[in-house]
This record gives sequence, structure tokens and C-alpha cells, in this order.
Amino acid sequence: MGFVNKEFLHIFRDFRTLIILFGIPAVQILLFGFVVSTDLKNAQIAVLDLSHDEVTRKLSEKIISSGFFDKAEDLLNYDDVDRVLKSKKTKAVVIFEEDFSKRLIHNGKASVSIVTDGSEPNMATMTTNYLTAIISDFNRELSAGSAGSALLVQPEVRMFYNPSLKGQYMFVPGVITLIMILICALMTSITITREKEFGTMEVLLVSPLRPLQIILGKVIPYFILSFVDVILILLLSWLVFGLPVKGSILLLLVESMLYIFMSLSLGVLISTVAKNMQQAIFISLVGMMLPTILLSGFIFPIENMPDIYQWVSAIFPPRYFIVVIKNIMVKGTGFLFVWKETLILLLFTLAFIGLSIRKFKVRLQ
Amino acid sequence: MKNAVISVHDLVKKFGSFVANDHLSFEVYEGEIFGFLGANGAGKTTALRILSGLSAPTSGKVLVAGFDAARDPEKIKKNIGYMCQKFSLYNDLTVRENIMLYGGIYGMRKALIRERCEELLERLRFMEYGNRLISDLPLGLRQKLAFSVAVLHEPRIVFLDEPTGGVDPITRRQFWEMIYETAARGITIFVTTHYMDEAEYCDRISIMNEGRIVALDTPDGLKKKYRVDSVEEVFVKIVRSGKISV
Repeated sequence: MGFVNKEFLHIFRDFRTLIILFGIPAVQILLFGFVVSTDLKNAQIAVLDLSHDEVTRKLSEKIISSGFFDKAEDLLNYDDVDRVLKSKKTKAVVIFEEDFSKRLIHNGKASVSIVTDGSEPNMATMTTNYLTAIISDFNRELSAGSAGSALLVQPEVRMFYNPSLKGQYMFVPGVITLIMILICALMTSITITREKEFGTMEVLLVSPLRPLQIILGKVIPYFILSFVDVILILLLSWLVFGLPVKGSILLLLVESMLYIFMSLSLGVLISTVAKNMQQAIFISLVGMMLPTILLSGFIFPIENMPDIYQWVSAIFPPRYFIVVIKNIMVKGTGFLFVWKETLILLLFTLAFIGLSIRKFKVRLQ
Repeated sequence: MKNAVISVHDLVKKFGSFVANDHLSFEVYEGEIFGFLGANGAGKTTALRILSGLSAPTSGKVLVAGFDAARDPEKIKKNIGYMCQKFSLYNDLTVRENIMLYGGIYGMRKALIRERCEELLERLRFMEYGNRLISDLPLGLRQKLAFSVAVLHEPRIVFLDEPTGGVDPITRRQFWEMIYETAARGITIFVTTHYMDEAEYCDRISIMNEGRIVALDTPDGLKKKYRVDSVEEVFVKIVRSGKISV
């Protein structure tokens, strides 16, 4: 169909469109992957060992050999704790109390204090989590050695699904969700309003082409390119960050197609409402991009939001796709676990298409 | 006897309680250049949209190229060409690509489009521009090209909505020569314009005011009737008197 062809020509002739289509996804994925990385690697810690016995030596060795931490120095007394944390290089101090192994044997428990720098809350939480995990691991080993009653009883802290706490696992799904809504909704609404603004839409409407053909001609190229984008992002995250798709790739691609289709119909709807390109851009960016970043659970967990925001976030479709894609990519679950979200996305799509058709007809009357 | 390609009888178009077209009746004959004049907001655009199958009449009978505008707008669309006041070609496509695109939209065979395309480029002395982007062409050339593209599929009628806006007098002259040539081939020209000197070039003109056609005749006939020397004076007289009578 020549009309689809023409849309491809528009896209490939316009440098800016190309950048938005392919540059932004690549840059976003790399940016989020590297800069906002939440991985812990060789974080500097200090150890204040007031007991100096075999158990404390073993535990601190275990911590250092985990690869997550480097021992910056051994401290001698409590005054040093404040000093090293203020130096900012040291992220945490591990303190073993006096007579550590004696207490462990006599009382069945001994305590380790972890002091972190709370001025960097993310880092502090992360180091605490990692250290707690290592210590509980050590507990298990100890208990296993002394058959019978456990020596140290601590709640087991383990990260499900993301045992190495790879930050990219969280960002890749978010970035795909964001990019797709950006490209599909923004680009389709721009390209349709552009025809309106330049007066070419008038000519198309007077031609024997049916409105549906016009819209399809606009949408098909973006559908194909967005799909290429999904594959590009998945490839990038796999090659650069070593993230595999745990679940079925086929399911992931089919769900992505549904999501792309939904975003495209949203773009068409925006274009029927917007009078010109500026309006289309404004609605797409402010109306879709910000809520996607803030409310979809991409960065801030929805469960932690005040009730009213949770309700608001329910009307933004990206929220559901994030659930779907996280489930498939990170947890490796099948369709049975995401059918509800899929259904909601499908309903959104139908609603957007229905509304667009109504708007389109009203305009023609 | 002249053959009517457009025949409008008692056309009414209402938007809510607003009457945009108030019982219009007129005929346009085959091969004629029909000028459709009126002040802004007189209802010209509404009538044009109905004639081109974009909008349905509220009541009345509208036949364009033999098809009913209320029932067969799609068949009308196949038989007309259209060029609007805003520029209607794609700036980021080349001249040839634009021609291929529009030919394709009107369902012409590729070989035929190609043949007509080369013919057209030659006639307009456009050969050297064939592979240039539209945005590289001066406005006058673009306008001529847009017109040629609008009649590429040899429609029975071509609608021109203020085709010469913003074009210099010389190009306008050349443009009208193209219109004459096209009309001579038997294609009916239906043109709206703001330029009263252009109205003089038409075979017949109609003047609309507040939703009604208040005058319809040859330019000379109108001048005689209103006892003035130019269509411009006719127009001013009619629009003024209309204002007073309301």
C-alpha cells in the first residue's frame, strides 16, 4: 500500500523523528542501566571488632569475600566510627560486640551492629540488606555445624526473584513501558495532527480513501518500528547488562504488541482532540509521560502511595503493562499470572478506538 | 442543451440551530468554470464540503457527477479532484513521490501513473525538478503542481478552494491558463476565491451571503444587472444590501 510507504518516507527523511524512534530508546536504556544502577559492588566498609575471636574473624572474612564489600580499615574504638563515616568513603561499619563467641555459646546469641550513613538512604538500605543477608547465611552455616538447636536466630532476609539485586531488572521493564507510550502515543498524534495542520488531511479525506485506511496507513509504520524498538531494547539489555528474559519471549512479544497497539490507539485519540502539533505534544508528554514515570510503579512502588494516588494510577494503562512485563521478564511467569492485566489493556485499547471513531465522526458532520 | 454535472436542489445544512446553507439551488454544467464567491462565513466552505462528499446535507437533493451526496459520498470522491487553500502536497517527499502517492490513492495503475507523471513534468517544464523535495520548490511552482496532481486521475469535476492565495500576479495568471486548458479538456472547474479579478475569468459566478445564494449569472450579466463595471462592485453592492436587509 503506497500510503504506508509514504509514511515510512516521512519517518526516514526526518532526522528528528529517527532520533526519537531509535536514539532515545538506546540512550534511555543505557542511561538508566548505568547511571541509576542500584547494584552494590566493592562498597567500602570498616570493621570494629571488639572481640577478636575465631567466629568474628570468620564472619568478617565472609563479608569481604562476598565481592560486594571491601574492607577499608580495622577500627580500634567507637570514636573512629563517626570519623570514618564522615569521610564519606566508607558506606558502613560492622561492629562485633565484646566476647562475641563466648556469648554466642553461652547465651545462644550475640549481636552484630551495622552502622550506615543515613544521609544516603538508598545506599544505606542496600548495604544493610546485603549485610543482613550475608549474616543470616552465616547463621545457617553455624547452625548446620552444631547439630540440634540453632545458635543465632534471625529472620531470614532473602531477595526473591532478583537475588543479586540487579537494578537493571527493575529498569528495563520500566524503560520499555515508558518508551513505547512515548513513541506510539506521541509520534502518531504528531503525525496525524501534522497532516491536519498542513492541510493534507483535508485532501486525504476528500480522496476515495476511507478514514480507517488513513488511520491504518499512519499507524502501521509506527507499529512496526515500535516493535523493532522493543526487540532493540531487549537485545541491548541482554548484551550490555546480561539480562535474559526469564519467561516466554513469545508471550512477552505478544503482550508488547498489545501494549503498542493500545498506545497507538491512544495516540490516534489524542490527535482527534488536539488542534495542532503543540497541543498533541503537550498532551502526550505531560498527560502520559509524567504519570508513566511517577505513577506507574516504574520508580515509586504503587503500594507505598497514598490511596488517592493509587486510584489515579489505576487509570494509567502503563501501570498494568509494567506488571505484565516484570512478571514475564523477571519472575518468568506465564499467561495465567498476567491475564487480568492483559484483559485491562485490551479494554483500554477498545475504549480508545471506540472514542476515536466517535470523535472522528463528530468532526466530519 | 448543457449537461449538468452538479445539481443542487433545496440544499439545507444546519449545525444545531445555525443554518449554514439556506435552501441552495443551482446547477454547474460540464466543462464550465464556476466561481463560488462569498464573504467569510457566508457558507461557502460548508457547501464545498457537502459537494465533495465530506459532510452530509441536512435536507435537499445534491447530485455530483451523477451520485447522491447523502447516499453515495464515496462514489463522488472517486470522481472529483480537490485542491485546498492550504498547501496540499507533502513537503518532505519529492515531486515524483507526491505524484505516485496521489495516483495510488485514487486507485490508478502504476504504469499509468508513471506515464502521466512524465507527461505532466514535461508539460510544466518540470523535468529537472522531478526528484527534488517539494520544500525546495518556490510557492508558485508548488501551486501549479498541486493543481496538476488534483486532476491527475482525470476527474469529472475539480474543486479548488482559494487555490491562488499568497501567489504573485504572474503565477496567478499562469495558474488560470492551466485552469482554462483543463476546462477545455472537459473537466468542470468549481472554484472559490477572494480575488475579484479572478471572478471575471469564470464562465459563471454565484455569490453567497449569509447562507443563501443571492446572485448567479455570467460576470457580464451581473455587471449589467447591477449597472457597475466590475465584479468587485457587484460583490460589494450585494453584500452591503444583504447586511441592511437583515
